[in-house]
Amino acid sequence: MSLLELKGVTKRFGGLQAVGGMTFSIEKGEIFGLIGPNGAGKTTLFNLINGYFPLSAGEVVFKGERIDGMKPHNVCRRGLARTFQVVKPLARLTVLENVMVSAFCHTDHRAEASRIALEAISFTEMEPWRDRLAGSLPLGMRKRLEMARALATKPDLLLLDENFAGLNPAEVEKTIAIVRKIHGSGVTILIIEHNMRVIMSISQKLLCMCYGEKISEGTPAEVANDPGVIEAYLGAAHA
Amino acid sequence: MAKGTLLGLGSVIGLAVVPLFVSNTYVLHMLVMVFLWVLLGQSWNLLGGFTGQVSYGHAAFFGVGAYTSAIMVKSGLSPAAAWWGLLLGGLVAALVGAVLGWICFRLRGPYFSLSILALSEVLRLIAVNWKQLTNGAEGILYIPAFNSKAAYYWIILAVVTVSFLTIRAVMRSKLGFYFLAIREDQDCAESLGINTTKYKLYSLLISAFFTGVAGAFYMNYMGFIDPGIVFSLSDISIMMILVTMLGGAATMMGPAVGAVLYVLMSELFRDPPLPKGLPFGEQIAQVLKSGHLFFFGVLIIVIIIYFPHGIVGTLHEKWVNRKARLAGRAAAAAPKEAA
Repeated sequence: MSLLELKGVTKRFGGLQAVGGMTFSIEKGEIFGLIGPNGAGKTTLFNLINGYFPLSAGEVVFKGERIDGMKPHNVCRRGLARTFQVVKPLARLTVLENVMVSAFCHTDHRAEASRIALEAISFTEMEPWRDRLAGSLPLGMRKRLEMARALATKPDLLLLDENFAGLNPAEVEKTIAIVRKIHGSGVTILIIEHNMRVIMSISQKLLCMCYGEKISEGTPAEVANDPGVIEAYLGAAHA
Repeated sequence: MAKGTLLGLGSVIGLAVVPLFVSNTYVLHMLVMVFLWVLLGQSWNLLGGFTGQVSYGHAAFFGVGAYTSAIMVKSGLSPAAAWWGLLLGGLVAALVGAVLGWICFRLRGPYFSLSILALSEVLRLIAVNWKQLTNGAEGILYIPAFNSKAAYYWIILAVVTVSFLTIRAVMRSKLGFYFLAIREDQDCAESLGINTTKYKLYSLLISAFFTGVAGAFYMNYMGFIDPGIVFSLSDISIMMILVTMLGGAATMMGPAVGAVLYVLMSELFRDPPLPKGLPFGEQIAQVLKSGHLFFFGVLIIVIIIYFPHGIVGTLHEKWVNRKARLAGRAAAAAPKEAA
């Protein structure tokens, strides 16, 4: 059984089809990359998977259970966490408090939440920032806070939405190492990324979408050499 | 015992012995009014300050609490209704809160604020028109159960202490973390596993309960209510917001500071202490009296300009920023090595 299975997932906003008939599955233990030009519908797909938007058609099955139609908080409690491309720090709380909020997902006790949060903070190497207000963090750390917070909900599947965008080269290296570490701890990862060097090096499977539809799926090398993908990115002349 | 606990215990005991030394009913009345407004400010603050759901309609809960207690006393259920009537007033207010929340929490931000304002006006109109139950605009008169102000002083002091401790305990628990997360970003809170509808409702229920208790106390203390007083938009709903904002929304001590200021201000303007023999003294007093809301408004504008997060909030922020600057220097250096 696949960990996550999408069957004909479709989302229409009025007359505009943002995602159309998306079908694919993610196996436990994979790092699954999702690429596509701007406006391809990648983030919309994340919003459909985690329940932020209702589906127009199709099914989302997670650990054998249909999760489409569920509210995001229920999806999260079932072990599917996400980060936001446009980061959403809880600005007037400290980093530790931010992570504690999500750590309360599986405990009612403050001490236990604090323990889980500190673990996630040290896992993402944010200790020096622990007591800073989240609203005062630089972008790189806000992106990392997104990961720490998602981790503290103890997910089986983690959706990463452009966690590398806007980072400097040193931060990119650091974040790659953290993503590998998260993967190494047994978390399956679905990642949206524009940075090709990153996505080619860390993902085991790749799916490219354009105008809401799947145009290619396979190993990174297969997808990168697919004429359809080259056309979508660079135009027909280069295909 | 922690320093804070000792300080709190000391203040409560200190306040509790005041009526033993002060027999001036005017002073005691002022203190009772201060505590009543601390209670109202705290209640509003839980929902509006900590949970970020700004309610323009808390008079609904105040009024329901007051009328519950009044109707109970009038129907002769028990002569001691003044006592446990407070609790029942709070419970009925919380029940009404559940209904209003079920309706209004479908909306967010300003739409929530306006919808709850509308519903509280609806309740006022019901109170005016349902004459069999509420005696309409004539109001309900009731001879207070206790002759001494000290009794009321102790009752309201106890209620304020309970509400303060409850809200503090809530804000230190999972519930409090969830309230703050909802205030900061509802979508984010939702994606972190928080059932935002449920927790917003919890916050409203606690807030409505204590507002209802305050309403019931008001009824028992003043001995008279009518719909225009207890369901008042300007004197209750808006004042609860202003008292909290003055002192500092989303701070534990803010409502207390705001309440002291508010009660002091309204007393000063009601009877301006001008020196005797001041030329045009009579006229100036007249202007101050009739313009008391105007001057209160000016004070609020001044405070908002110089203390944008209320008095307690802004002072606390200055202190935190100073601490963060010192800590920040250390933190800014460390991540560079780590990266």
